[in-house]
Amino acid sequence: MSDSNREAVLGSLRRALGRDAPVDEDTAAKLRARMTGHARNIVPARTALDDAGLVELFETMAQKVHATVAHVASMDDVPGAVGEYLRGENLPSEIVMAPDATLDAAPWSDNSLLEIRRGAPVESDQVSVTSAPAAVAETGTLAMYSGPDHPATLNFIPETHVVVLPAGRVVKSYEDVWDSIRAQASDPESGRGGQLPRTVNFVTGPSRSGDIEQTLLLGAHGPRRLHIVIVDGE
Amino acid sequence: MSGSTTRNFKSNAARELANDTLRAALTKSKGHFTEGRSTAAENLPEFEALRDQSRDIKNHTIEHLDFYLEAYEEKVRESGGHVHWARTAEDARQIVLEICRSVDAKAVNKGKSMISEECEINEMLEANGIRAVETDLGEYIIQLRGEKPSHIIAPAVHLTKGQVEESFRANHTHLDPDRVLEEPPTLLDEARTILRKKYFEAEVGMTGANLLIAETGSSVIVTNEGNGDLSQLIPKVHIVLASVEKIVPTLEDAATILRVLARSATGQEFSSYTTLSTGPKREGDTDGPEQYHVILLDNGRTDMIGTEFQEMLRCIRCGACMNHCPVYQSVGGHAYGWVYPGPMGSVLSPGLLGVDEAGHLPNASTFCGRCEEVCPVRIPLPKMMRNWREQEFEKHLSPGAARAGLGLWAFMAKRPKLYQLVTGVQMRLLARLGRAQGRVSSLPLARGWTKYRELPAPEGRTFQSRWKSGERPL
Repeated sequence: MSDSNREAVLGSLRRALGRDAPVDEDTAAKLRARMTGHARNIVPARTALDDAGLVELFETMAQKVHATVAHVASMDDVPGAVGEYLRGENLPSEIVMAPDATLDAAPWSDNSLLEIRRGAPVESDQVSVTSAPAAVAETGTLAMYSGPDHPATLNFIPETHVVVLPAGRVVKSYEDVWDSIRAQASDPESGRGGQLPRTVNFVTGPSRSGDIEQTLLLGAHGPRRLHIVIVDGE
Repeated sequence: MSGSTTRNFKSNAARELANDTLRAALTKSKGHFTEGRSTAAENLPEFEALRDQSRDIKNHTIEHLDFYLEAYEEKVRESGGHVHWARTAEDARQIVLEICRSVDAKAVNKGKSMISEECEINEMLEANGIRAVETDLGEYIIQLRGEKPSHIIAPAVHLTKGQVEESFRANHTHLDPDRVLEEPPTLLDEARTILRKKYFEAEVGMTGANLLIAETGSSVIVTNEGNGDLSQLIPKVHIVLASVEKIVPTLEDAATILRVLARSATGQEFSSYTTLSTGPKREGDTDGPEQYHVILLDNGRTDMIGTEFQEMLRCIRCGACMNHCPVYQSVGGHAYGWVYPGPMGSVLSPGLLGVDEAGHLPNASTFCGRCEEVCPVRIPLPKMMRNWREQEFEKHLSPGAARAGLGLWAFMAKRPKLYQLVTGVQMRLLARLGRAQGRVSSLPLARGWTKYRELPAPEGRTFQSRWKSGERPL
């Protein structure tokens, strides 16, 4: 059934577009060049800032959409900051953590109060900790890529999501993220084999819904809390 | 097409106008989206230029849609996914059913999808013994109530919290009947707890797509709740049901459209979750679906290309047109009688269902033009509604009274002397009728108007007679 449908849809399209065949070779070459040229459209000027300015803009935008932000000086301070946040919010100290190299650099075993499991979350997990490979200053958006080192369900199942973000990873725009995922896909060392990650998640604040009388409520199905620990020295 | 009551727009609208609960719900939501949009637009100096670019990207894509669809298909296959083509809603239902049966699915978790409503996927699943679980809060509420969405991004906007509470009490009978459940947060918590269990039970997860990207073979969903993500990440099969015009060429093009989408829809700068899905889970991934299927639906869309309605295919389903429409804001979404309400529905529904079925809808407009003013991809909605009205008139589908009235008016308009005489008499009559109060509150032959609003009384003379007697504006 599928193949005759395919021909029917494409045929109907071509007739409607006033040609009975696929686009001619010249046009096809131009369209292919457009698809592989990665030309940017308008990118808002609000991100024309230096590195410190970008981190500041990211933080302001993320807080505007109800994420919370803390700063630490180095990766050494991350476990302490995570523990402190969880205590302050009266949250459990059992966490499920992404098995990623960025987080390996923090001295988790020094913090005996945290109970850590690495891997994908199960239904009962309350708190997840991940890093983010990039963050977009324009709208306070975290960019996260699925892979063995970052199960995408960590971003959605637990009620609290803590993200460790080295300050140097704050970029200006979504377009900067596209460049980095394309570079990663074609880098033989990444193991991506030319493919995008299965899931690219842009996360801007915690989960929310306005479906009941347009009242803004946080924590509809995804995390109720999104806490970002910015590592200034990284 | 089953399920459409677009023919009954007039009686639907009369019923909805008399519904006080709907009035209350619409009054509460009024202004929420419109103020949000205008603030978001003000906060982004490039907003107008981004609207132009979004329009141009969509136009370019539609002009070469066959090329981009084939390029997209190739990329999906390269990344290990499957592409299915559906000429009609029935084709789409068959494909969904075949996929579900291939994994012996008992339940399908669903992210919000208007295409799924258009194809009546839930009805088909239930008829085949498969549970359809709507996981978006608004969709969940209306599924419990056996209703249809009344808005393309806020499906339950027609309901009050009291009605939601009533539905939860009637359906969640395993919970303590004396529990406190009055305020939105407690309602949300209850829905969250109940749906949470269901995420881990379904074999298939189904979402729509806000965009499909030809360059990478990715599908994109834009959401706030996270239910679409849980629906597609946990089950072993992810089905994406998307219509053919959702394609954009590149990631850069997607970024441009994403910049206008949330701002136009809810007034957010960016939605909580924008997710790109490409193929099934990769080797070494510890979560994600094992199978990824995309169903590309036509269902009448390609027939709109090359016609005066081609520009409608630019629509990115933000809902701004209905949020700003005085008619939608008065009668609500259900009056329109099918999946797509408001101005975009009044143009799209006749295109997909036929002018015989839905040709009434383009009359539901005051032609104030706000829909076109706020449309992120600048679709000339009023112009297209006029085009449909013309077709309706030409096919002799408009009601007899309207045709007779127009005929009478045309007869007079072609006879200036007669026209001036009759309108002059009318003005004097109306002025006398309304003299006491300065307005006319009941008028024979125009009760449809005066029942809901008053007509300001004219001053007594027509423009033409004043002009003739030498009156000129200062």
